[in-house]
Amino acid sequence: MAENTSNTGIGQSVRRREDVRFLTGKGQYTDDINRPGQAYGVFLRSPHARARITSIDAATALEKDGVIAVLTGADMAADGLGDLPCGWTIHSVDGEEMKLPPHPALAHDTVNYAGEPYALVVANALAEARDAAEQVVTQFEELPPVVSPGEAQADGAPELYAGIPGNTCYRWELGEKDATDAAFESAAHVTSLEFENNRMLPNAIEPRACVAEYDAATQDFTLFTTSQNPHLARLILSAFVQVAPEHRLRVVSPDVGGGFGSKIFVYAEETTCTWAARRIGRPIKWTAQRSESFLTDAHGRDHLTKAELALDGDGNFVGLRVRTVANMGAYLSTFGSAVPTILYGTLLAGQYKTPAIHVSVDAVFTNTTPVDAVRGAGRPEATYVVERLVETAARELDIDPVELRRRNFIPPDAFPYQTPVALEYDTGDYGASLDKALELAGYAEFSARKAEAHSRGKLRGLGFSCYIEACGIAPSQLAISLGAGVGLYESGEVRVNATGSVTVFTGSHSHGQGHETTFAQIVSDKLGIPFDDVEVVHGDTARSDFGLGTYGSRSAAVGGMALVEASNKVIAKGKRIAAHMLEASEEDMDFENGVFSVRDSNRQLSFGEVAFMAYVPSNYPSDLEPGLSEKAFYDPKNFTFPAGSHICEVEIDPDTGVVEVVNFTAVDDFGIVINPMIVEGQVHGGVSFGIGQALMEHSRYDDTGQLITGSFLDYCLPRADDMPPMQVDLTTTPCTHNTLGVKGCGEAGAIGAPAAVMNAVTDALSIRDMNMPATAEKVWRAARGED
Amino acid sequence: MEQTGEFRIRATRNEVWEALKDPEILGRCIPGCESIEVAEKNRFVATVTARIGPVKARFQGEITLSDLNPPESYTLKGNGQGGAAGFARGEARVRLEEQNGDTLLKYDLGANVGGKLAQLGSRLVDGAVRKFADDFFASFKQVLEGEPSAADEEPSAADREPSAAGKEPSAADRQPSAAEGEEPPTAEAGARAKRRRATSVIWIVVVVALAAAAIFFL
Repeated sequence: MAENTSNTGIGQSVRRREDVRFLTGKGQYTDDINRPGQAYGVFLRSPHARARITSIDAATALEKDGVIAVLTGADMAADGLGDLPCGWTIHSVDGEEMKLPPHPALAHDTVNYAGEPYALVVANALAEARDAAEQVVTQFEELPPVVSPGEAQADGAPELYAGIPGNTCYRWELGEKDATDAAFESAAHVTSLEFENNRMLPNAIEPRACVAEYDAATQDFTLFTTSQNPHLARLILSAFVQVAPEHRLRVVSPDVGGGFGSKIFVYAEETTCTWAARRIGRPIKWTAQRSESFLTDAHGRDHLTKAELALDGDGNFVGLRVRTVANMGAYLSTFGSAVPTILYGTLLAGQYKTPAIHVSVDAVFTNTTPVDAVRGAGRPEATYVVERLVETAARELDIDPVELRRRNFIPPDAFPYQTPVALEYDTGDYGASLDKALELAGYAEFSARKAEAHSRGKLRGLGFSCYIEACGIAPSQLAISLGAGVGLYESGEVRVNATGSVTVFTGSHSHGQGHETTFAQIVSDKLGIPFDDVEVVHGDTARSDFGLGTYGSRSAAVGGMALVEASNKVIAKGKRIAAHMLEASEEDMDFENGVFSVRDSNRQLSFGEVAFMAYVPSNYPSDLEPGLSEKAFYDPKNFTFPAGSHICEVEIDPDTGVVEVVNFTAVDDFGIVINPMIVEGQVHGGVSFGIGQALMEHSRYDDTGQLITGSFLDYCLPRADDMPPMQVDLTTTPCTHNTLGVKGCGEAGAIGAPAAVMNAVTDALSIRDMNMPATAEKVWRAARGED
Repeated sequence: MEQTGEFRIRATRNEVWEALKDPEILGRCIPGCESIEVAEKNRFVATVTARIGPVKARFQGEITLSDLNPPESYTLKGNGQGGAAGFARGEARVRLEEQNGDTLLKYDLGANVGGKLAQLGSRLVDGAVRKFADDFFASFKQVLEGEPSAADEEPSAADREPSAAGKEPSAADRQPSAAEGEEPPTAEAGARAKRRRATSVIWIVVVVALAAAAIFFL
């Protein structure tokens, strides 16, 4: 490590440089952006879960002061706009391609979920647009909805879309069915559970927003929007929706206040505003009200699962069988189809050497908000299946849950390990994480704490969750062979300025992850230059070449690696320039700590001197281009496999049903860590997400398809005082296939925590199972012995 | 949302039945009612401004009476469009039974709301209906009992206020509170032995109108 980066290089807890502007109110979010002549858009949304639009009367609205236009789905259809696409094609077990309903940005015939937009009112002022929206009279003919995923395939259920029988998007399977069935036939014990993985809302603190602009003189569109992947948004809006040509559309995603997956997707609103900005010849701003976020940000999870684990007489796992019905909502969101398949079924081996696994997933349509990736995306559901089963099996067989896990872990010498469900884990040491977690959690003294709690009339429980996740998505050819509509590499550019400072451009996007700090750490470390000399630029298609964006804990492992590769190219060119200046051969040049030197000599040049020569080439190789700016597209060779052990300890008051998480231990193997402080923060955030899912959060509809958890009155998010003391630590097996050795950390808490919490709650209550969230009422009833 | 209730009324079934159909009285008593008209036989149209929690909306509503079986039963359906606030609709099955010369009025009320009303107000709907009902009772008494002396009316209104507040918290409380709905008329009947028979009839009208009114703005 270079001396001048000793406090700021890889592995250092550098304070987040972006926090200065965030904490002083200087962040620049989409709603902070105002364009000359800007008008305001308000969307009209379906009050019904399913209905036919019979008429829209906007005559009165159009007479109101300041109203510019009322645009409907019919107007959009007349302009020939394409549907919002799904970017991942899944094939059913019979080889048939998944079925997807048409998904226009503005509904123009039927509306299929409460909150679906069908018209846009544009006015000079926001208040005028809102008033005018009240004056639009729309007649609907209600149609019977399908609300619950469990009812979607039932005989007699309404068929929501022509050509999609049984409301079934696909029937997907993975693994060896015959081998798995055979394992169950010869099993000494079978543990089975049936449960719901509760539907969640993403709840980013900044609501979605956009400002769309069209310049008639240049024919250029600019879209400022809250996106985790502006280049992908541009690709979808140009190639699929065809609202603007790619080279005439600039997408800027400025500071973004959290995404949790919900801002990956291309939604109706920014699509409609981009189209409408050209039609009315004015920039249009739309910012979601919180109630619109509830209704329209893609929801997450919502699985119904039956899972069985087969064990032999020695407690070895011999087979795992999983059958899941996954709710897609009313339409396929941008990556909705991939979540319960590629990001779920493939993770069902967990940390275990279970030899035979078979999973089948039916994805179904319902008249609810589309479902897509929310922090963890498929992997929390998979971990929940595996870890609830393992814990339950341990209780049924009266084996210590720690011992049962150890007996079945993939041993450290078995890597690379090919699972029965398609993935090849590159490295890991699961026992090491578990050992450390047991020590931090005070496992040996738990029974004493339980007895002490009992003496106070309280119920204590302990739960484990040994999760694995596949991150760093993904090797492009593999992903495309599995149905991805895009490659999943990342781009990076390291632009060395003449004075030796560096501007870095990345296709990753930071919306809370701290890339402006961590990516600067990576580049300053690699180039041996001061941290403060590296500036990181992201979130603008006009500035970065391309990008696939930030999700699936991929930014360090893929985006960071693109910057490493670009830095290596800079160093290689720098060596040629330095060799010429020092009259040495290129092969004899070394580069370390920001210094180019001739091997076995005292001749050397600083990084800055070489950079200056590249731009003022007075003494320069004749066959070399001037300038020092390099780009790389990094395509990962495999997924990365962060894994860890989470231990949750709860105390329940049987008189009130209140569950207090009294301690939470997370020992994770994220490979090499770039910034331990940021990683710890990500774990804290992820664990709070997981505790929220386990104890509080549930997105619910009534039986007519109305979202009844449509505000924070009814949707319970964890607050600071719901968070336990957390013991966070790391073990390290570096990723074997990227030179940074990094794996990813953004989702681990959300993936590991729900099973750990529910294992603890069921342990405390001495019950077999309980569906999440374990609310006080449910727990109180269970403590009284009610069903 | 489901609510049921029954009221014992000192009037004949025919009197009760006839008392149910005066839109003029209903219009004066429904809180926030801007207009009510007979559209055709057994069909009224009305405009009502109502607030549920944070959502205030002007509802264009329609009430129809169907399955008429005078003087025993009918079904009353209501449907209101609140523009951007969403919609509300309900259906009440009303039955009148003779009981020792009095009439027992029973109703089952089913209602649902959609759009912003459901999203923001689903937990507040029941409470809002109670509030609406209390306001309606007060007005209706005043209108129909004629010479309201302040001394007579104040205590009874005050009596109802706390009980309504107590009924709001949960759907589980609904059943008992619907039964308690019987108490005020009974108690008052005891307290004012000389009350005219018409007053009892008024109570029936009030109850049924309440159901209708609830549907209007639900």
